[in-house]
Amino acid sequence: MTATTRAPGPADTAAVRRAITSTARPTPPGRLATAVVFGWRGMLKIKHVPEQLLDVTVTPVMFVLMFTYLFGGAIAGSTGAYLDFILPGMLVMSVLFTTVYSGVSLNTDLTKGVVDRFRSLPIWRPAPLLGSLLGDSVRYVLAGTVIIVLGLALGFRPDGGVLGVLGALAVVVVFSFGLSWVFSVLGLLLRSPNAVMNAGFMAIFPLTFLSNVFVDPATLPGPLEAFVQVNPITVLATASRSLMQGEPDGVAITVSLGVAALLTAVFLPLTTRLYRSR
Amino acid sequence: MTTSAPLAIEASGLRKSFGTTRAVDGVDLAVPAGSVYGVLGPNGAGKTTTIRMLATLIAPDAGTALVLGHDVVTEADAVRRLVSLTGQLASVDEELTGRENLVMLGRLLGHSWAAARVRADELLAAFDIAEAAGRLVKHYSGGMRRRLDIAASIVVTPRLMFLDEPTTGLDPRSRNQVWEIARALVAEGTTILLCTQYLEEADQLADGIAVIDRGRVIAEGTPGHLKASVGTGALRVRLMDAGRRAEAAALLERTVGPVALEPDPAALAATGADAARAALGVAELARAGIPLAQFSLEQPSLDEVFLALTGHLAEDTPAPSDTLQEQS
Repeated sequence: MTATTRAPGPADTAAVRRAITSTARPTPPGRLATAVVFGWRGMLKIKHVPEQLLDVTVTPVMFVLMFTYLFGGAIAGSTGAYLDFILPGMLVMSVLFTTVYSGVSLNTDLTKGVVDRFRSLPIWRPAPLLGSLLGDSVRYVLAGTVIIVLGLALGFRPDGGVLGVLGALAVVVVFSFGLSWVFSVLGLLLRSPNAVMNAGFMAIFPLTFLSNVFVDPATLPGPLEAFVQVNPITVLATASRSLMQGEPDGVAITVSLGVAALLTAVFLPLTTRLYRSR
Repeated sequence: MTTSAPLAIEASGLRKSFGTTRAVDGVDLAVPAGSVYGVLGPNGAGKTTTIRMLATLIAPDAGTALVLGHDVVTEADAVRRLVSLTGQLASVDEELTGRENLVMLGRLLGHSWAAARVRADELLAAFDIAEAAGRLVKHYSGGMRRRLDIAASIVVTPRLMFLDEPTTGLDPRSRNQVWEIARALVAEGTTILLCTQYLEEADQLADGIAVIDRGRVIAEGTPGHLKASVGTGALRVRLMDAGRRAEAAALLERTVGPVALEPDPAALAATGADAARAALGVAELARAGIPLAQFSLEQPSLDEVFLALTGHLAEDTPAPSDTLQEQS
């Protein structure tokens, strides 16, 4: 050593010593209380990193504006008629895009070592995942609300009224919970948050376009139409549209919720297993 | 080491493979309670994997480990209640503020919201990060970040702390602070398992050291013991006046040991120097009226320890994180 540097003053050390000695060991909190703490963390993330929400809502907002005013007349005869058609679908697209971030943020936690911090604590193991679900759901509702408000501003007046719109939002959010487990698994398997984002959008972008979100599938070539008809995003968009129009399509709603349940049943256990072992 | 002291860590035959790579290949450790125990090794030697097993983050493929009397596999939760991790082993959340991190951890460890807030503020003040309490951690300086890391791991004072590369990349002042904190913890009865690449750090803090290479413990002992097995350091001096180098060389050759001249025309190094002989050499130079610009006593490096212990150099180049390397 060439030179002695200033060691911390006695005051620092004394304060540190006090801080070390001053704690009694509390008993770890219950399961629900633990999950609530992680929910709080999810809320803080929305507050501190609003860009994430912005990223995923800007694209659908742009699409609504572009499609309505560029293609609306050509596709549906008038921009107003097309807005009625596209808006319930854009609600689907907007919220589904947001689900990719469940995987991205899980992967960020994993690669930064935050997951290891949580795993080293004496807490109920699924609590971090359940807590982030709460944060995610707020994000879904916000993303959906942006699109609905935009639609209303552009003159969208759904026949289903407030209840229909809320119903559509609810079905879409529940579906998104199911889908978010798929991206959580991806988030636990891939190497970087960017890889998760790319893989996520690579899957969800074409799936959204190859659905009835933008156009009526009846105009498509046969094989493509067949695919579009079985695409779960089509079913979800149909459910959303039917609710907003005030004529709920029971089959589409049931199938949407069923797909969500199926995705959850398969990918939630996979997520928790990977979360434990990674 | 005394055999009577109770053991904080007692591991035998720990093994862990990732795919075909044997990261840890039969590690035995006996760490006395109330001490600082250094685990030394280059990146990829298996020290991070060993610690991850001891901290219950991954399960060993074979072998057993008791941490504070609890089995790391069958009583993992009991272990988790008593230990804490720092550094790359377990990070704070960069997208929260320093205060939010500490409040969250306090709450997760069982404090009420109010008590967690009080505790967070106490730690922020003690660790000199109060003025950055409301800033996101990703904007912290290196030293601040490290202090928060340590504060986060003593929200509830642990009985055993895994201290991972605590001073890598820190300036000397921050480094001394970290060392002071570690010493304060030990004074309060916490056992510290220190994971480091630097012999000097282990020398400063550790009562005992295990050197890990290729997944095995290849040497164990006190720092003095270990250094004695490696040989001594070098006294390096730089003169104010390059013209007097020959005179200085002769003098150091007599008082310290064999002298090597350096490319810098005003610098030279005497090998075989321990602290006492180095001091004598410097004193002799002063007595002879040869003014010095600079002098230093250099410890044998970890590379030299490795060379002496294993006959090969620490293999890989330092990577930003061997946690990730070993995980993948």
